[in-house]
Amino acid sequence: MYAVQTTIYAVIFYAVTVLFAGGLLLRIVQYARTPAPLKVPSTPAPVTRAGAAFRVLREVVVFESLYKSNKWIWLFGIAFHGALVLVLFRHVRYFVQHVPLPVELAQPFGIYAGFAMVGALLALWTRRVVIARVRYISDAFDHLILLLLILIGASGLAMKFLVRTDIVAVKGFFLGLMSFDIQPLPADPILLAHLAFVALLMAVFPFSKMLHAPGIFFSPSRNQADNPRERRYAPARAAAAKA
Amino acid sequence: MERTEQLDHGQAAYEDPLEVPAIACGAMAESKPYVALPQHQEPLGFPGELVENWQEKAILKLGDLVKNNRALRVYLDACVRCGACTDKCHYFMGTGDPKNMPVARQNLMRKVYRRYFTLAGKVTPWLVGAEDLTREVLDEWYSYFHQCSQCRRCSAYCPFGIDTAEISMAAREIMDSIGMGQKYSNEIIAKVHKVGNNLGLPPKALKNTLEGLEEEIEEETGVPVKLPLDKEGAELLLVTPSADFFASPHMEGLIGYAKVLHESGISWTFSSHASEAGNFGMFIGSYENMQTISKRVAKAARDLKVKRLMFGECGHAWRVAYNFLNTIAGPFDFLDPRYPVPQHICEFTYDLIQKGKLRLDKSKNDHIRLTFHDSCNVARASRMGDTPGGQFEIPRAILRASCNHYYDMDPATIREGTVCCGGGGGLLTDELMDLRVKGAAPRMKALKEVAGEHGVTHMAAICAICKAQFSKVLPKYGFDMESIVSVHQMVSNAIVLTGSTQEEEWNKKAGQAPQGQGAQV
Repeated sequence: MYAVQTTIYAVIFYAVTVLFAGGLLLRIVQYARTPAPLKVPSTPAPVTRAGAAFRVLREVVVFESLYKSNKWIWLFGIAFHGALVLVLFRHVRYFVQHVPLPVELAQPFGIYAGFAMVGALLALWTRRVVIARVRYISDAFDHLILLLLILIGASGLAMKFLVRTDIVAVKGFFLGLMSFDIQPLPADPILLAHLAFVALLMAVFPFSKMLHAPGIFFSPSRNQADNPRERRYAPARAAAAKA
Repeated sequence: MERTEQLDHGQAAYEDPLEVPAIACGAMAESKPYVALPQHQEPLGFPGELVENWQEKAILKLGDLVKNNRALRVYLDACVRCGACTDKCHYFMGTGDPKNMPVARQNLMRKVYRRYFTLAGKVTPWLVGAEDLTREVLDEWYSYFHQCSQCRRCSAYCPFGIDTAEISMAAREIMDSIGMGQKYSNEIIAKVHKVGNNLGLPPKALKNTLEGLEEEIEEETGVPVKLPLDKEGAELLLVTPSADFFASPHMEGLIGYAKVLHESGISWTFSSHASEAGNFGMFIGSYENMQTISKRVAKAARDLKVKRLMFGECGHAWRVAYNFLNTIAGPFDFLDPRYPVPQHICEFTYDLIQKGKLRLDKSKNDHIRLTFHDSCNVARASRMGDTPGGQFEIPRAILRASCNHYYDMDPATIREGTVCCGGGGGLLTDELMDLRVKGAAPRMKALKEVAGEHGVTHMAAICAICKAQFSKVLPKYGFDMESIVSVHQMVSNAIVLTGSTQEEEWNKKAGQAPQGQGAQV
């Protein structure tokens, strides 16, 4: 018989994984299937599809438009996202039996990144509260999601530097989940809080503004090539209207 | 003396064109254009007045649009309220009304979308700012979606490319579909459907106007330059905004097109059936109306058996022509494939200049110290030439070839970052004058700066709406209304037509000074 937290967290993580992956997949399919009736790239735009793909890549990796727009948001935004990538990469070790060398090498950086992530989030939140224009446009959720991300980062850092948990057991739990062989999860409050916050984030992801993640790949103003005169753009609607 | 110099070149002497105001809630809440009457609505296939079950119909329409327009769906979902766009809209900069911040304008629709189409908005509306579509919300839509000129400046600066233009177009389409259209745009669209141009200028009046212009040109140059109408079998059909036929400085630009086309030797014509380049169908987000208007152009090209299709100086018109025409009124496989369909008059003129086929006497524009206003929809929603950014370089190259004194405005307010004239996207109507004047503030400040620093006296524009808007708004900022000029007006002033009175003078000058200024050949 498992401890109660093991059962609860096993159920939660199975559920949120289905919710997260399924919800996201449905959204992606929906975006892909929604017709784009007209050519609307914001110009100057690349004139080839490869060029347009590279433009999207630049938006995703270096936040090109945001850089042109506002250096502070860019700085905090790229610091947060960059740190998040490193932190997630560091966490790969808890989900694979044998830790690959790059993940091994990234461990210390992943920990610094944890601080950078929380720092950037605090900076973003400060902007949201202090700058009247940004405060005006913020919903409750915009504040709460920052709080949630900060709690995830802070509880993670707390486990590293304040109250350490039995990380080998945690790894055992997740490897177990992945092979449908449930292993006990330690009952440390900070660990349980950290995991609960992550589960909550996964659950709201496909139903919230977190959809900016898949959305950016489907943004017609960025992903379309500027070639309407060279190649007639004729999606389904134009064809149907003609018939 | 030295002090003045310092002041003139010092930063403090001029206001920052892109200065961000403090927010002033409700500052523009009263701004709204006249609501369309049944006689403006019905010819476009819209209900005459607000329908009984408008709320239900509006929500259905929103669902329909979201399902059929990827841009709208992604843009409504993807915004993270980062705030990058909040200081980018000229209407916000000019009014301080927070609902003129692009994200806040989008949120007017987003909150309704969330309420009816997302799980979070249905279950926890308070958490995600979701709201029912009430009469108050609808009125707010009417006001603030008619405070967007669809200039796409916000989109250029958004990390996800979210384009408020798409959202305001969708909002206007929804409002039209429930009988709450805008009089200005819809009245004009009905005229195009009926007569062929925004002015409702019948073919006979058009013919008279063109003949009048022919006389004027002949008087000035001694050359019988023709402005043909409905000439079957002409090589090229020119479609131009109808404002070019009567307004100033539009008409001066039209004279410029005619002179360039004449000098090139091409046979060309206007069409009375498609005597309008502008396409207000885009302003109201109506694919069907936009398509009907565009098909007039395709029909005219077929009926007149032309081989090439060209558009005059117009911003949103060029967006529709460049980006949409091929999709909604094409294919244009009956035209000569060696030329782009459509071509912009600036591309044509630029090409002639490059080939040394135009003689331009720059000194004819020596009374003008010029700058150039990049029209928003040319800058951010289209292209000229073969390479990205040609829409910035080609008009400037034409202007530099036509005058000796050219200076750009503050780099943050031109090219990709250009600020709208304040009158585009269906807002060029008198009852919105307050909004138009305020929305022009960033451009006017940039103009003041370049006027102070370089003694600039005139600003060229490449769009009928920009020209009309600036002639009204410039005086409010202490400029002469005639300081706005057409790009082809500058060409018109400088061009040396073969066999013209100007040609003798030109030859004399060339004889005196072999490397004479302005020689292009």
